[in-house]
Amino acid sequence: MSERRVYLDHAATTPVLPAVIDVVAATMATLGNPSSLHASGRHARKLVEEARESVAAGLGARPSEVVFTGGGTEADNLAVKGLYWARRAADPRRVRVLASAVEHHAVLDSVDWLAAEQGAKVEWLPVDAAGRLDVAALRRVVEADPESVALITVMWANNEVGTVQPIGEVVALAGEFAIPVHSDAVQAVGALPVHFADSGVTALTVSGHKVGAPVGVGALLLRREADVVPVLHGGGQERDVRSGTIDTPAIAGLAAALRATLADVPARAAAMTALRQRLVDGVLGVVPDAVLNGAPGAGLPGIAHFSFPGCEGDALLLLLDAAGIDCSTGSACTAGVPEPSHVLLAMGAPRERARGSLRFSLGHSSTTDDVDALVAAIGPAVERARAAGIVNVSTRGN
Amino acid sequence: MRVLAAMSGGVDSAVAAARLVEAGHDVTGVHLALSENPQSFRTGARGCCTIEDSRDARRAADVLGIPFYVWDLAERFRADVVDDFVAEYAAGRTPNPCLRCNEKIKFAAVLDRALALGFDAVGTGHYARVVDGPGGRELHRAADPEKDQSYVLGVLTADQLAHAIFPLGDTVKSEVRDEAERRGLAVARKPDSHDICFIADGDTAGFLRDRLGAEPGELVDTTGAVVGAHDGTYGFTIGQRKGLRIGTPAADGKPRYVLDISPVDRRVTIGPREALAVDALTAVAPRWCGPPPPDGAELRCLAQFRAHGTPVDAVATVGPADVEVAFAAAQEGVAPGQAIVLYDGDRVVGSATIDATRSAVRA
Repeated sequence: MSERRVYLDHAATTPVLPAVIDVVAATMATLGNPSSLHASGRHARKLVEEARESVAAGLGARPSEVVFTGGGTEADNLAVKGLYWARRAADPRRVRVLASAVEHHAVLDSVDWLAAEQGAKVEWLPVDAAGRLDVAALRRVVEADPESVALITVMWANNEVGTVQPIGEVVALAGEFAIPVHSDAVQAVGALPVHFADSGVTALTVSGHKVGAPVGVGALLLRREADVVPVLHGGGQERDVRSGTIDTPAIAGLAAALRATLADVPARAAAMTALRQRLVDGVLGVVPDAVLNGAPGAGLPGIAHFSFPGCEGDALLLLLDAAGIDCSTGSACTAGVPEPSHVLLAMGAPRERARGSLRFSLGHSSTTDDVDALVAAIGPAVERARAAGIVNVSTRGN
Repeated sequence: MRVLAAMSGGVDSAVAAARLVEAGHDVTGVHLALSENPQSFRTGARGCCTIEDSRDARRAADVLGIPFYVWDLAERFRADVVDDFVAEYAAGRTPNPCLRCNEKIKFAAVLDRALALGFDAVGTGHYARVVDGPGGRELHRAADPEKDQSYVLGVLTADQLAHAIFPLGDTVKSEVRDEAERRGLAVARKPDSHDICFIADGDTAGFLRDRLGAEPGELVDTTGAVVGAHDGTYGFTIGQRKGLRIGTPAADGKPRYVLDISPVDRRVTIGPREALAVDALTAVAPRWCGPPPPDGAELRCLAQFRAHGTPVDAVATVGPADVEVAFAAAQEGVAPGQAIVLYDGDRVVGSATIDATRSAVRA
């Protein structure tokens, strides 16, 4: 892969920041298990605890509320399953899990598993056409039987269409009934101001590789009084709820990345919003009938998600890939087979529109050249994909 | 050329893709997801539609350094191949799903989509040769007679062949495996897929029973006397000897064969081997490779009426919508539903679906 790539898939993963690479490499060169009692261990523990304090300060949490994990998926699993088990153990009536219909698969599949294997009763909370949670529906679902709710999980901002969820309203409602709220903030951290204490959520998921840290490290911010049952059992290194030798270099890298990313969120969000607007205007200029999905003006600044009528998303992706542009259909893959996005379907999009969608996501390394390259390539790609889409429809016979 | 390489996850399509890359083409690999409920891992060595196969294909594409995608054609495959397969058995015929897949999926749905997306051709790991002839593209038998797949590609028209590349047509299978090894393709020693890809456990009768239900009926001999019972006519193929469960042994003590399948009255007629002899047949829905011969034309040709069957001398008479094929010598095991492929030497002339046969005994 020697040709220049235009990378518009930062929501999938974003380049590790050079300063973070330095921190991780330097930390890897130091010896010590943070759980050891000797000098080498103490030195490693110092690095981990400094990182913990740094992460806590950046996200408005106390250091003791930072539980480092092996990434966002693990943090989501720990929050959803851990809160469910702990809440049900405290009161066996609490078997309902309320989750938005547009959650990331790390939450979605954890919730599904609780329902299939652990006796949970799941209620999927509807969203509107922009992908925003219907808070009135949530209220109805909660009030139907507040005592039976184990937890509510609603993401901070959606990873596919970028819609920001009304977390404040969710927390206020949950607070009336003392129900814990988990929020997957993997896409929001770094893109929007996120303050754990002010938000009032019980648990909040953070991922390293979306903010310029390596893959394989993340954190669950967990209120001090919150009780969760562990998913991973072992040495209990992290607050007795997460086991596994503490990954000092990755954690130091996560802290460094968050320091860099959280330093100027509003300014970077403004710059990203302008770049995104250039992308949206450019694409709609070339493909006027493309549909911009999500909540315009109330979404993540780096995500632009379109449906291209008459196109298959995977055909467009293939064509743009060949033209040197990396983007995503934004949907999960089962056996590598593209499925229509559950997010788009929850937003009420017909299957054809859901299948004909692409996500372009900007990040810290994005430039106007990247956007202009996409705008130059999208017209011919859509034209081709339409021709192929028609072929498919006609041969499919429906 | 921009070539779309269909990659099943097996050794043949991986080496075919490698050769396309080496020939200087701009190659993109595509794995066709054909199963609506893919199993995680293959059972035994059958099939080509598991998630493991998809990963094997992707790994081969990565080794070759080409883009790779999965195309979901499960719905089309079910409608055009699996449903057709079941319906054909239900009607007392013996279909060939591989042929149907080539006709409807690989060189129709996939090829059409590829062309629309800007590709010039589809390349596969089939063993057959495409040759430029005086009348356009021709399909010829592969160099490896053991692996030759021209029979299941005989339905392709010259138009389809103009956009098909079979890089393995001139190579024998053992060399393909060695070449895969040399190229560092992990699938070099992966077992060949066998039988019908969508029947993972190889139990065709069970597969049909699940879909068609039990339809018990009678086994009769050529005089009409009932000699046994069966669970459904779809469990039988013309020429079948095994698994007949005959209650009454034949008077002469010789083996009995399936002579006729009649789903309407659920009767399966069995009889002695001699009664299997067929000296002519009618085949419908002919597909010609090149300009169709004129109505009434008589073609001296070699005819092959089942996969891996021996080609036999025959004369084909072209009708308006069918072909009459008269064999030089009577043949056994000619089953309606199967394709008859007509060859001029190694060259495929055309293909049609066997509809009815004429017994050599009563003639």
